[in-house]
Amino acid sequence: MHKLYENLGKIIPLGEMTLQRANLAFITLDRRYLRSALHHLRDVEGYSHLVLLTAVDWIEEDVFQLTYLLSNRTADVDVGLRVMLPRENASMDSIHDIWPTAATYQRELREMFGIDFPGSPRVNEEFILEGWQEIPPYRRDFDTKKYSEENFAHREGRVTKDPASHMKELLYPDRGQ
Amino acid sequence: MKEELEKRVVKGPDGFEFEVEPLQDYYCAEAPKAHLPVYSKIVEGLFNWARSESIWILGFGTGCGAIEMRPLMTPRFDAYRFGIQWRPTPRQANLLMISGYLSVKTLKRAIRAYEQMQSPKYVVGLGSCTINGGMYWDSYNTIKKLDDYMPVDLFIAGCMPRPEALLAGFNDLKKIIKAGKAEGANKYAENFDWYKANQKSVIKDWDMPDYNW
Repeated sequence: MHKLYENLGKIIPLGEMTLQRANLAFITLDRRYLRSALHHLRDVEGYSHLVLLTAVDWIEEDVFQLTYLLSNRTADVDVGLRVMLPRENASMDSIHDIWPTAATYQRELREMFGIDFPGSPRVNEEFILEGWQEIPPYRRDFDTKKYSEENFAHREGRVTKDPASHMKELLYPDRGQ
Repeated sequence: MKEELEKRVVKGPDGFEFEVEPLQDYYCAEAPKAHLPVYSKIVEGLFNWARSESIWILGFGTGCGAIEMRPLMTPRFDAYRFGIQWRPTPRQANLLMISGYLSVKTLKRAIRAYEQMQSPKYVVGLGSCTINGGMYWDSYNTIKKLDDYMPVDLFIAGCMPRPEALLAGFNDLKKIIKAGKAEGANKYAENFDWYKANQKSVIKDWDMPDYNW
């Protein structure tokens, strides 16, 4: 892993590396170098499989984190590339020409997080949701409970109990607090 | 509106041009009507007995609960001995099982399937998701109260109910049908506007005719 980090660091400037396991590491890098890093990893280092492309909403820092997880099947090593994007009008270069499967992930991210990938096939079509009118639902400033209460009819009689205190009361009623 | 539902001119293979208006040509615009019981109580009782002993389920699994229906078809639980079988199309079925959570997108398909079924028809809500939302009570995309959108004859509680619970539920449904209380299709026809308003309040991109059988 450290060798890969060194090799990659010789060609492109990299951020920090987090070693999750002996065969799984995450490398942060600037969005400008993502394409060359992906090309290098795929064609030179043997990371031929795009496992997933996903996003995390770091609303406190006002950024989206995109994670491109790649796998080297023969060496049984995974590496994740992390790219930070500003949340405002988030847009990222499409990588569907490197891995065609990325187009599906990008379509999902477009719908669920509102991250645009200009040029990606069918990226502006509806993917899972139909007739969605609110802000993208996976964004953390979308309040799913409030939306559910406002839009879907509710049946009375639902009670929620804290499992720990409820079971304590049920099993040991004489112990008190 | 979707492109394929719009009015357009189509050129046939023989070069003949004709106009197609899918919403008018392919669907019935007439609202459903309530069917009154037949003139004699004895005859209606006989009909209800026959209906209760031939429950044909539409093979449409809407949520995770559909997995509990698979063992029912196979020899271990063998629902066929109760006159219950699964059918591939809505036209052949008279029982719609809503098996678990129902997202807004699936609700649209479930309504279309329900409306295509011939009356008398029954709906069973399976699992706590259909009753009060279950574990998806705060989801942005699942309905919480099934009987607002279609008339439900019976709920089977559980998350998920086991096949034994489903068999007990089917037997309860038979009792309801035999007692002449499973009037869901008539209830739907009588309160059609109320059901449609509820359905349209959650399905934001309503792009089908109001009644599409």
